[in-house]
Amino acid sequence: MPNLLKRILLVSFFLSIILLFAVFLGLLAGSTKIDPADVIRILFNRGDSTPDSIIWHIRFPRVILAALVGATLSLGGLVFQAILRNPLAEPYILGISGGSAIGAIIGILMGFARFPGVFFCAFAGSMTTLVFVLFMGSGGAYLKKDSLLLSGVILNAFCSAIITFLISMSHDHKIHNILFWLMGDLSLADMRQAGILLLLVFPCFIMIFRFSNSMNLLVMGKELARTMGVNTTLITLSLLVTTSLMVSATVSYCGLLGFVGLVMPHLLRMILGPDHRVLVPACIIGGGSYMIICDLLARTIPEQGEIPTGVITAMIGAPLFIFLLKRSRK
Amino acid sequence: MKVAVDIKNLTQDYDSVVVLNDLSFSVMKGEFFILIGPNGSGKTTLMKTMAGILKLRKGTLEIMGRPIGSFKQKELARHLAFVPQQLPEDIPFSVMEVLLMGRFPHLGLLGLEGKDDMDIVENAMKFTNTSHLSMRRLSQLSGGELQRVYIARALCQEPDIILLDEPTAFLDLAHQIQIMDLLENLKKEKGVTVIMVSHDVNLAAMYGDRLILMKDGGAVKQGMPEEVLTFSALEKTYGCVLLVDKSSLGKFPRVTPVPKKFINMIDRQKSGMS
Repeated sequence: MPNLLKRILLVSFFLSIILLFAVFLGLLAGSTKIDPADVIRILFNRGDSTPDSIIWHIRFPRVILAALVGATLSLGGLVFQAILRNPLAEPYILGISGGSAIGAIIGILMGFARFPGVFFCAFAGSMTTLVFVLFMGSGGAYLKKDSLLLSGVILNAFCSAIITFLISMSHDHKIHNILFWLMGDLSLADMRQAGILLLLVFPCFIMIFRFSNSMNLLVMGKELARTMGVNTTLITLSLLVTTSLMVSATVSYCGLLGFVGLVMPHLLRMILGPDHRVLVPACIIGGGSYMIICDLLARTIPEQGEIPTGVITAMIGAPLFIFLLKRSRK
Repeated sequence: MKVAVDIKNLTQDYDSVVVLNDLSFSVMKGEFFILIGPNGSGKTTLMKTMAGILKLRKGTLEIMGRPIGSFKQKELARHLAFVPQQLPEDIPFSVMEVLLMGRFPHLGLLGLEGKDDMDIVENAMKFTNTSHLSMRRLSQLSGGELQRVYIARALCQEPDIILLDEPTAFLDLAHQIQIMDLLENLKKEKGVTVIMVSHDVNLAAMYGDRLILMKDGGAVKQGMPEEVLTFSALEKTYGCVLLVDKSSLGKFPRVTPVPKKFINMIDRQKSGMS
């Protein structure tokens, strides 16, 4: 067996253990106390008592949803960082998430179902912002790094304005829900949602892994990658569309969770090195674990009720962004 | 002898700016072919066109007897490797990882390298004397080492043709000769066709089997070094005074640009005599 395959499997195995541990913690924590032993019993032998129903109907879907969202956003960050050759690129920072949020809100206000109506609106929104980001960020190679981030910041501000506008103009009684959703909310999870999201994002994961070696070559620059046999136009386009699609799917279910795409790719790159064939599966499993933990904090920090998960991810991610920005200027 | 690259009536124009103008030449298999000419004569555009980075506008370009457009990207990369002028060094990969990337056009669907690929990488490192650098990051290399690593990466593609855009620029004398000797070995031992751009006409004279002298996107002259590097052709192309004599090393020409103070001195001597 080639060394690399061994390494991919080994890394995936270790991260899966962490993921299982995170899942277990996620099932354990909550307002109703359930003993660890009971959690294990309920998982293997489902009964009809209240704890059984809490585990299976409330906590389990939520943990699965968190894992899928974390995996998607981490992977999204990894893809953008490779294609744009910018360590600070991430769906939220570039405004891609904001764009799909506008689409999703329009979908919600028009009374569409989360799937497929809201999802397609979100996808349209994210593709529109993606075109804008690429258009504004193109130009001289020297300016590119900063102008890309700047255009992302501007797009984000613009998206926030549109979102606030849409919310102010509507007299929907669900406004509180929309606001909560907007800040990144996993509390409405049910098994059906988690299932649909899995069906949407899993093919995207496979597709991105398939192109992971091409991503390595793209880091060397477009021209060189081309001469080494990468069909750069086709692969860049496929990766961008795939990433927008899966990010839109998470946004339409869970709203905006910022900076997730920054934390895991950087942490894993520091530990595992820059090879995307290792990083893609690592970001999927590691990103899932990270989001479960963030959601766990969101549920358990307040004495009563909970805070939006997006608040936690931003509180961890934004300082890291500043640190990375400072370091990249050196 | 078989033709490696065949170019006929190649014209590349961008927004009415003509960069290459009705250029025709061919490079034989196993030849050391060097492009020379002043800045802005279209050398880099020509290299990028041959490398398949820039699209062909007008004319024909055949690689190993086939139109370049008929190759798939991966297929072209198995015949032709490119070493650009600006070598990326701010990337997080190690030398070993960069060399393994050279195997990309030969990998299967999963994109995982096997033992054969490792052997080819090790041979390429031995050939370019970069084995001791394998675990280093690219940003930790000197200019000469970086150039050798990128040539090794090109070798990993196992190409018939290797294109290099000014591989000796920014290098000191010893490293220039080291790179040029390496390329000559490549040609002699592996039978690879070497096509390079050089700013140094003397290096071109010493190593090139054949040269092409370019100006304003066209060929001023092509042929053996002693045919191309003539006083009249060079002065016409570069627009400065040059001294061309025979090198003391062999039967190839040596070119010396003449500084203005010597021209003034000669003028003074002439007027003093009259």
